[in-house]
Amino acid sequence: MKIAISFLAILLSMSVALAIDTERAFDDPELQARYETIISEIRCLQCQNQSIKDSNVFLAADLRREIRRMLGEGKTDAQVYDFLVARYGEFALYRPRVGGKTLVLWLAPLLLLAGGAVIMLRVVRRRMTLPIDDEPAADE
Amino acid sequence: MTFRYLAPLIAFAVLILVFVIGLTLDPRELPSPFLLKPAPVFELPSLREPERRVGSANYRGRMALVNIWATWCVGCRQEHDYLMQLAARNAIDIYGINWRDNRPDALRWLQQFGDPYVFSAFDADGRVGIDWGVYGAPETFLIGADGIVLYKHLGPLDESVWQRDFVPLISAGSPAS
Repeated sequence: MKIAISFLAILLSMSVALAIDTERAFDDPELQARYETIISEIRCLQCQNQSIKDSNVFLAADLRREIRRMLGEGKTDAQVYDFLVARYGEFALYRPRVGGKTLVLWLAPLLLLAGGAVIMLRVVRRRMTLPIDDEPAADE
Repeated sequence: MTFRYLAPLIAFAVLILVFVIGLTLDPRELPSPFLLKPAPVFELPSLREPERRVGSANYRGRMALVNIWATWCVGCRQEHDYLMQLAARNAIDIYGINWRDNRPDALRWLQQFGDPYVFSAFDADGRVGIDWGVYGAPETFLIGADGIVLYKHLGPLDESVWQRDFVPLISAGSPAS
């Protein structure tokens, strides 16, 4: 029991240590929510598999500072995303916008699904025309 | 009939080809959104003379190399000797942006290893770095006389990169020389 409790305590302390952006940026809860959504949607380019919300490298901190500044100035979410895409490209967004070069990215799963469906349909159709010959042999 | 048996083999070969190409690409190297677009404009205090403002206006109308560097950046140390060579050759005017660094360290670095730059702008809070879309120093931009970004290189410069990627663009951009 004692061990279990101390283990739990260690786990809890770890989750505290993982929170990078602990400072509350805005008093307005709505603005704070928008801020948190945006920073979890932006890829940190120095550590590509983290969002700038999760990363503690200085570039992520700098970008968070810029986003705070822009939101504080009353910029819209779209303006903030435009700012980042203009500088770092669509790659900075975890969900790149539909259109242009990213169209392939968005359509590929649908195309693969459609291709698979066509192949499956053809196989099934052909099998339907085959005589049923998988009955057990008479001498068994 | 033979196609039935060859099809998986062909699909496999195509997949392998895609993987081989994928493995030779550097996922850190992203296409710069600035390529063939106007380079960002900036104005910052000079590294050497904090009261003096320097910036993109200083190279307006001329081809320039803008190099983003910092003393904490290993790749910058790696390419520094090569930048010194380029400067000695008078190949092109090199302008530095000292990114997210501290002044005493940066000045000591230039004193110790030499200063290839016409000037270095001092971007202490990284604001200008963000405007240039910098995410990993060293980064080097080739700016045309019309202010258009002709090329961007991520990582240390060396002779082979220079000859392959920069020289053709530079000789195309300045027919006089």
